[in-house]
Amino acid sequence: MPSLRNSLCKTQPKGTYRSSCRVLAEFLQSPYSDILELGVSPPMISGPDFVQHLSAAGFDFFTGVPCSLVKGVIATLEERGGYIAETREDAAVGLAAGAYMAGKQPVVIMQNSGLGVCLNALSSLSLIYDLPCLLLITWRGYQGKDAPEHIIMGDILPELLSTLKIPYRVLEEPTLEDAIVWAASTLKQTSRPTALVLPPGVAA
Amino acid sequence: MNLARALSVVVPVLQDALVVHANGFISRESFNLEDRPGNFYMIGSMGLASSIALGVALSKPERRVVVFDGDGNVLMNMGSLALIGARQPRNLVHLVFDNEAYGSTGNQPTISSRVALDAVARASGYADVRRAEDADQLRAAVQDLLARDPSEKNGPSFLLIKIEPDREERKIGRITHEPRQIVSRFMEEIEKGDREGR
Repeated sequence: MPSLRNSLCKTQPKGTYRSSCRVLAEFLQSPYSDILELGVSPPMISGPDFVQHLSAAGFDFFTGVPCSLVKGVIATLEERGGYIAETREDAAVGLAAGAYMAGKQPVVIMQNSGLGVCLNALSSLSLIYDLPCLLLITWRGYQGKDAPEHIIMGDILPELLSTLKIPYRVLEEPTLEDAIVWAASTLKQTSRPTALVLPPGVAA
Repeated sequence: MNLARALSVVVPVLQDALVVHANGFISRESFNLEDRPGNFYMIGSMGLASSIALGVALSKPERRVVVFDGDGNVLMNMGSLALIGARQPRNLVHLVFDNEAYGSTGNQPTISSRVALDAVARASGYADVRRAEDADQLRAAVQDLLARDPSEKNGPSFLLIKIEPDREERKIGRITHEPRQIVSRFMEEIEKGDREGR
């Protein structure tokens, strides 16, 4: 199976496993997720590495509500004693707003279901007072494959972020570090919350 | 005692405390009484004043942080009481002006006449929970709670202030500062405190 992965990566000059899977999926007219699941595990970033990238980019205040897609990240933060387990995602946005005003660079971790909870906190607090934070949002309902409660939010997530005028990037393992650096500089430049969206299979 | 009267007792003893205000008449009455640079007026995001204050308090543990909250706000984000109880910030003083009504939208009743918010705070783990029913009790309680240094406290404190709703609509203006202005002067006040070793 590693050989299949290697050959897939060679299908494009600067190919990654995921982008190659996309090309192959288009060629075979098969769903991308089916190709991803050919039995080859794409490389995943570990919790400690993920947190290391966040810290290196200057983030130093972590709160949120968990999702299974970031359990490694939250476990790492909990071990280090730097994670505040909030009760609701909108309260986490409020907590981050306070931390920012007191000089911190906050990260709010949530599942995309929590973005629904946050609409008023973002639109009537963060986005009108210019109180930036990094929103690390897991993408349940990705490509329509998930439990029923995740399908609608999974479908509209990118549109919803665009509607809120929240800059965002979708994370992929090979470019994860760059995306975190991009988010740190974007939220400094814009003073707005900035989102990194995490699909399944990227973080361990 | 109405809200304006209660605030006239509390505000003179605030000294250099940072004060996060709940939205509606709590922000507006306080702004009209005395506009302080250490005041953060939350004009939207109902319920989140105590969350914002907790974010400040945890990031600046030496600094006194006060919340001017309302019963409607507390009921909307009761999980915040649980988190404050769980994190135990000694520098946080949570004042709740409880008129048992949504005062900014026409005095529709809240359920705080039947739910003792001070009992909720106690069960959540606030170290010091009190109740004030009149101006004298209020004066004594806030003087005591705000005079002590955070390091001398065991944890967060909570004061439920029972007030009368205003029967007639108060003819007072809205906050005239832009939201961004509120943030920049609040942050300057925090930085000034850092420089002065507060």
